[in-house]
Amino acid sequence: MKISAHSKAFALLLSVGLVAGCSSTGGAPEDAPYGSDVGAVDQDGGSTVYSGDDQDGISSSAMTEEERMAAREQAEMEALREVRVFYFDFDTAEIKPEARDVLVAHARYLANNPGQNVRVEGHADERGTKEYNLALGERRANAVQRFLIVNGASRGQIETVSYGEEKPAVMGSSESAWAQNRRVELVFE
Amino acid sequence: MTQRIWYKPSKTILTAIALVFIIASGARAELLIRITEGADSAIPVAVVPFAESGQMPAGDTVSSVVQADLAMSGEFRTLPPEKMLSLPSRREEVYFRDWRLLGQRYVLVGSLTRSGDRVQARYELFDVNREERILGETAAAPASNLRSLAHHISDKVYEAITGVPGVFSTQLAFVTLDAANGKPRYRLQVSDVDGKRARIRLESEEPILSPAWSPDGKKLAYVSFETGKPVIFVHELAAGKRTKVADFPGLNSAPAWSDDGRSLLMTLSKDGNAEIYRMNLETRQLTKLTNHWAIDTEANWDASGEGIFFTSDRSGGPQIYYMETPGAEPRRITFGSRYNARPRPGPNGEFVYYVHQRDRAFHIARTDLETGEETILTRSESDESPSVAPNGRMLIYATQQSGTSVLTVISTDGGAAYSLPGSVGEVRDPAWGPLVR
Repeated sequence: MKISAHSKAFALLLSVGLVAGCSSTGGAPEDAPYGSDVGAVDQDGGSTVYSGDDQDGISSSAMTEEERMAAREQAEMEALREVRVFYFDFDTAEIKPEARDVLVAHARYLANNPGQNVRVEGHADERGTKEYNLALGERRANAVQRFLIVNGASRGQIETVSYGEEKPAVMGSSESAWAQNRRVELVFE
Repeated sequence: MTQRIWYKPSKTILTAIALVFIIASGARAELLIRITEGADSAIPVAVVPFAESGQMPAGDTVSSVVQADLAMSGEFRTLPPEKMLSLPSRREEVYFRDWRLLGQRYVLVGSLTRSGDRVQARYELFDVNREERILGETAAAPASNLRSLAHHISDKVYEAITGVPGVFSTQLAFVTLDAANGKPRYRLQVSDVDGKRARIRLESEEPILSPAWSPDGKKLAYVSFETGKPVIFVHELAAGKRTKVADFPGLNSAPAWSDDGRSLLMTLSKDGNAEIYRMNLETRQLTKLTNHWAIDTEANWDASGEGIFFTSDRSGGPQIYYMETPGAEPRRITFGSRYNARPRPGPNGEFVYYVHQRDRAFHIARTDLETGEETILTRSESDESPSVAPNGRMLIYATQQSGTSVLTVISTDGGAAYSLPGSVGEVRDPAWGPLVR
């Protein structure tokens, strides 16, 4: 930030007055130009550098464009990773297109956090036979596991288990209940 | 193979006879039993209340248990005692003309005599039209076990009339689900064939599945999730001891016993996907029987004990397949719909029974193994877990009724149905026990 000679002189006068005024207390200057939580952090020769933290967390030091974009992507990924349940059509283990971005976000997170483990739990709706549904739930869990690995997670981070039709999310025998039970859930440990 | 599919209609609906039994609490739980409908071709038989000499224990009488057994089979229509014109207990007292008037083909009479803590039963079965005795026997049992005596009599009567062994002395295994302290409670139970005298064998907060009887009736194999994943146990009933036999990575499921009781078929996915294996229970050695990227599961030996039926979705959706010998190239058996699963062969080599989807409903169906003809046996629509009685004449399965899971027994000609709803919670996964001589 360029400071004109005029402002420098002004700042000098101010700082003399400030130093004189609050040397004994060391608290915030009485009429700091940026608000009451802005305080002097440094003094270099005759100039005072003001810095501070606003309530919205944007520090007054400049963010580069890259940093801003990275922060936005981080926030998007975090939002995507809020989704932990993925749904399937009857008798298939095909991952739906809308699930892919979310799973990629989870995979990247796992890739960046090698100490993080996840359990992938596969389920089926109540129709048909229990044992076939156990295997179908496993197939769905395996499909999600494979997708995570292809997108960066390592096998050692992922555990799969199938509950078949035994642990429905929603009780009932309607299309809606069935659709909500044909699922894979990610459980982070 | 020609494909003809038709529903077996029940031509007449009898007035439902509600038999309500006291529900005991604690470790013994009893099921409500309700006869839902009978078949037109049922044979009319009169079970006359037995004469009693001496103090009989409280509870159901021997003749009422015999009456309920015969009615449950769907092959008999029993005469309510209040309609009987007389109550004979021996041949001299039987007026065949009366029984002919009542339309009965057979009449069973008898007497019970208490002697100390034992009861002796003497009974006779008569063919009403020929006015001939076709069965007569004396049998005895402890007074505390009159139910078993009654089931024995039912077996003898059934066999005398049909020529087929009765299954009334067999047991059922099944799983119940209710809640305790806000958590699910699964219980593996064993009961008499009519759901009575149920005893809890295993209780768990995690699912229990797929009970399977050993051929000698002394053990149950089952799948338990108590460790957080499916694991196969073999449970000795008398001793209450059990052994974990399969705990490989992935699935350990769908256990089925060989005829000699020495090996189990099972579904394991440790090699990457669900395949069928045979495990020698003594050596724990595994033989892999299928080798396909598809799901292969629900294996069961055929009646001869040489071939294996199983479910596979190698053609796109689950269908019934058959291997002539373990590990042989499988042959597809079902073609009539896009979902056929959980084969259970009948004991005579004639039929295989399974779950069959038609028009969004799931029924129990069977295929004639010689002709390929498929028949749907049930009108209920969310059926699963069929299990065939060891004489091949009845079948039990789980279905939904008024939003709860119940067990239903049907005669395998599809003509009759008999429900065993749970007294509390859901009842599922029935397994019909073997005939034990």
